[in-house]
Amino acid sequence: MRVTAAQAIVKSLQAEGVEVVFGYPGGVVLPLFDALYEAEGIRVILTRHEQGAAHAADAYARVTGKPGVVIVTSGPGAANTVTGIANAYMDSVPIVVITGQVATHVLGTDAFQETDITGITIPITKHNYLLDDAEDAAQVMAEAFHIATTGRPGPVLIDVPVDVSRGELTFKYPEKVSLPGYKPTVKGHAKQIKEAANLIAKARKPLLYVGGGVLSSDGARELKELAELMQLPVVTTLMGKGAFPEDHHLFVGMPGMHGGKFTNYAITETDLLFGIGVRFDDRVTGKLATFASKAKIVHVDVDPAEIGKNRSVDIPIVGDARTVIAAVTAELRKMGAEPRTEAWMRVIDDWRARYPFHYHQSATSIMPEYAVERVRELTKDRPTVYCTEVGQNQMWACQYLKIREPRTWASSGGLGTMGFGLPAAIGAQLGRPDHLVIDIAGDGSIQMNSQELATAAINNLPVKVVILNNGYLGMVRQWQELFYGKRYSSSTLPQDCPDFVKLAEAYGAFGVRATTPAELDAALTAAFEHPGPAIVDVRVEREENVFPMVAPGGSIDEMLGGIPGGPVSEMLDAEEFVEEVWE
Amino acid sequence: MKHTLSVLVENKPGVLTRVASLFARRGFNIDSLAVGITEDPTLSRMTIVVAADETALEQVTKQLHKLINVIKIQDLDPKDMIDRELVLYKVNAAPERRHEIIEIANVFRAKIVDVGKNSLTIEATGTSDKLAAMEDLLRAYGIKELARTGKIALARGSRDA
Ligand SMILES: Cc1ncc(C[n+]2csc(CCOP(=O)(O)OP(=O)(O)O)c2C)c(N)n1
Ligand SMILES: [Mg+2]
Repeated sequence: MRVTAAQAIVKSLQAEGVEVVFGYPGGVVLPLFDALYEAEGIRVILTRHEQGAAHAADAYARVTGKPGVVIVTSGPGAANTVTGIANAYMDSVPIVVITGQVATHVLGTDAFQETDITGITIPITKHNYLLDDAEDAAQVMAEAFHIATTGRPGPVLIDVPVDVSRGELTFKYPEKVSLPGYKPTVKGHAKQIKEAANLIAKARKPLLYVGGGVLSSDGARELKELAELMQLPVVTTLMGKGAFPEDHHLFVGMPGMHGGKFTNYAITETDLLFGIGVRFDDRVTGKLATFASKAKIVHVDVDPAEIGKNRSVDIPIVGDARTVIAAVTAELRKMGAEPRTEAWMRVIDDWRARYPFHYHQSATSIMPEYAVERVRELTKDRPTVYCTEVGQNQMWACQYLKIREPRTWASSGGLGTMGFGLPAAIGAQLGRPDHLVIDIAGDGSIQMNSQELATAAINNLPVKVVILNNGYLGMVRQWQELFYGKRYSSSTLPQDCPDFVKLAEAYGAFGVRATTPAELDAALTAAFEHPGPAIVDVRVEREENVFPMVAPGGSIDEMLGGIPGGPVSEMLDAEEFVEEVWE
Repeated sequence: MKHTLSVLVENKPGVLTRVASLFARRGFNIDSLAVGITEDPTLSRMTIVVAADETALEQVTKQLHKLINVIKIQDLDPKDMIDRELVLYKVNAAPERRHEIIEIANVFRAKIVDVGKNSLTIEATGTSDKLAAMEDLLRAYGIKELARTGKIALARGSRDA
């Protein structure tokens, strides 16, 4: 059957099982939108900005494990997706972005709404295509989905000139894709796996350092098995949140700049740091020279370029996180290895008890940490997806929420994109209609994509935006307070402009405000019970800081703020313990 | 340390940009880059000369591997490769000094490919060392213009299986 390339692209989406497309039309992409009109099984969500479409697709992918799809027009439409693509690239999220392009005979002439989007996105896509022949449409689509979703996932962009999208082909969707220059390694090297298992069996103070790679390989179950078999403590990075239940006794928090003191101490003291699907990001490691400097390092990653990039490694294992974890567990079982971390867990428990996250309660003003705690408590018996914006709000969400399930957390990690949270919540709600979806927001960030309230309202997506309204670009203010002599240059926002309750109402959403701790629970509950989208304008203590904090470039065991105390537990010095742990 | 990378890539539009921009983005300065079709018309070979220490080179090689269009990368061993570069020199040459320059060209097995009123154009191929030695001598006469292809290289046949 002859079809146009535009139709072939839609048929390809159907063949891939795509159920939701996020997009925004324009001149040269109309053939595609025309083919989408009444396309069976595909719901098209018209966002209010192309950046919103990209973030929504990104979070949809994070919570479902299926690739997110974006379709936009050329020029400004394509350019508006750039931040969203960069965000997905940094966090290794599979999205496929299809952009309209000017006709091939005017390409390169600065034609109306022409932008070299393939050129622009080379550094922020896993791969991209300029579809220059209608005949290739199905092939290119299949390749794009294959590349986006396998190996280390990431965004792929396909630029489709309008004349090409009208060109015809005989549609046949390729069953298999084979690319000569692309063969991700799935299985880890057997010898390395054995050595890694040996190290775990021998270690006295092992620590699993877990990142987004475990989530994207759907390896949470295997991780739990490994951790429980050998009683290994687990830290998860911001990207790894949900890979291990945060209410588990082996969970030791999030490491890094605003991580737990107890977490950073554990990293500093561990004798075996077993990294899985992590990338030793600078926000995690702080000063590299002192990061886990007493430890042997195992690093499992599907992307060989991540191994040894920032930190030299003793046992590198290239492979899919889930597959490798399962193989290591099998190896340990075969060896009959026994857990020997009881003493180490006692030290960690001691740190955890000594240095919990901490803030000063107030009877009159709402502390932002308290607000996040209340969100946690009020949602603890409900399946909930938590999204965040960027800034202090995000860090408090990291510190005070408890993420219990994989793929119920969507936060902009590598790029730190303000404005991610609301469109992310929309994408997440579409991916998980039965979940309560909450965006922990800042008053600054929410204004970067607040137009998406319309998308939520019109599509009956009952997302809840909890704004920690501190009247500041709070994280910027915090740095200015600590490192720039309290000169609050361009970081103050009026708390009541806009009036977020009225803003919600303007979109037909529910808006409610809480200004005292006494009002908070009722406001949150009202919003969570409301059948549609809602905003809770939480007026929080304005100049609260996120602590503890590793100064930029500092060692992670030297943290500012938080409960005073050094890294070394008294127990570490206890003689019997020294014996027990170090022999 | 200078490295000669021989990179086999798909012969498709935009591949050169992807490779070149990757080097730029990761802070590498490319000394030379030569590219052309191989025995298989769907593939091109890029010969890239870069200065880099081992760790940096390992990282850039891994990053290169991540490009979907890159098929194979070899870091050629200087002791075990054939490398050549072609250079055109347009040298100042008053008629009375032409013979001296022609003699230099002969010594280096270079060819005179054009003769002007006051210039000679010499075509030379060889290893970087040989070309540098010749260039040194020619400089005394004044090199008006110079164009070079950049190095191309292959591993020696003894490495074949
Ligand atoms: C798009 C974008 N621009 C600028 C920044 C730099 N930045 C990081 S946090 C922050 C302040 C965020 O303010 P708000 O959303 O109110 O959150 P708060 O820190 O007050 O909780 C800024 C400006 C960023 N991360 N993203
Ligand atoms: Mg704020």
